[in-house]
Amino acid sequence: MTLVKIAAAFAALLLAGGVAQAQGAKPNDAQIAHIAYTAGKIDIEAAQQAVQKSKNKDVVEFANDMIRDHTAINDKALALVKKLNVTPQDNDTSKALAKQAAEKRAELAKLNGPAFDKAYIDNEVAYHKTVNNALQNTLIPSATNPGLRDLLTTGLKIFQGHQQHAEHVAASLR
Amino acid sequence: MRATALALGTAALVLASGAGHAEVIRIKIANVAYQPAQVTAHVGDTIEWVNADVVAHTATARNGAFDLVMAPNGKNSIVLKTAGAIDYYCKYHPNMTGQISVVRD
Repeated sequence: MTLVKIAAAFAALLLAGGVAQAQGAKPNDAQIAHIAYTAGKIDIEAAQQAVQKSKNKDVVEFANDMIRDHTAINDKALALVKKLNVTPQDNDTSKALAKQAAEKRAELAKLNGPAFDKAYIDNEVAYHKTVNNALQNTLIPSATNPGLRDLLTTGLKIFQGHQQHAEHVAASLR
Repeated sequence: MRATALALGTAALVLASGAGHAEVIRIKIANVAYQPAQVTAHVGDTIEWVNADVVAHTATARNGAFDLVMAPNGKNSIVLKTAGAIDYYCKYHPNMTGQISVVRD
C-alpha cells in the first residue's frame, strides 16, 4: 500500500516533469537535489532498521551496503550543492516521499524474522526501481547543472546495481 | 668486490624477471564500470584495480579465485597463477562485470 503511494508520488513528479516542458514547471536543480538527497536518506533509514531487526546474513550485508553507498553519495551531493551555492529546496515530492517512508518503517517495525526480511527486501527492489525510473525519466533530464547531472547519472548506475543486488537477495529468500 | 656484488645483483634481477616479462595490468574503475572490461594477461602478471568512484567496489571472481574490495580512491591487486578465463563482477553492484583471459607464455 505504502509502496503504491511512493510510486504515485513519483508518478505525479513524472507528470509534473512532462507538463513542465509545456509550462516550465519542471523541478529546478535545488528541488532535484532535495528529492535525490531525501530518497537516499530514506534508504539509509530503512537499512538501519534492517540492521537492527534482521538476523539474516545476506539481508544485513545488503543493508550495510545501502548505508555505506547512500551515505557516500549524499555526502558528495552535499559537497556539490555547497560548491554550487545551491540550497536544496523542500518540495511536495520530497514531503510525500518522507511521509510514505515513515509509514513503511512503521509497517515493517511490526514484522519479525523471515517475514521482516522478505518485506524489507521486496520493498528495496520496488523502491530502487521507482527511484531509478524517476532519475532516468525526470530528474536527470530536468537537471541543468552539469555537475548535478553527472552525479545523478553516476548515482543511477549505482542504484541500478543496488536493484540487481536486492533482486538476488530476494531470490535467495524464496 | 663491489663489481662482483653489482654483477650478482644484476643476475638476480634478470632471474627475477626471467620467467619473462611479468606485467602489471591496471583496470580503472570509474562511473560504475571496469575500464577496460576485458583484458588478456599472462600467468604471473599482476592485475591491479584502481577505484576512482565515490563508493567501494569489489572484483569478485565467479570461480572463487579472488574476492577483492577497493575502497573509494583505493586499489587492490592479485597475481594470476593459472591459465583460463575468469569472469568477475562487483558484489555490491552486480551490473558491473569484467573478464580476464589468462594465457600461458
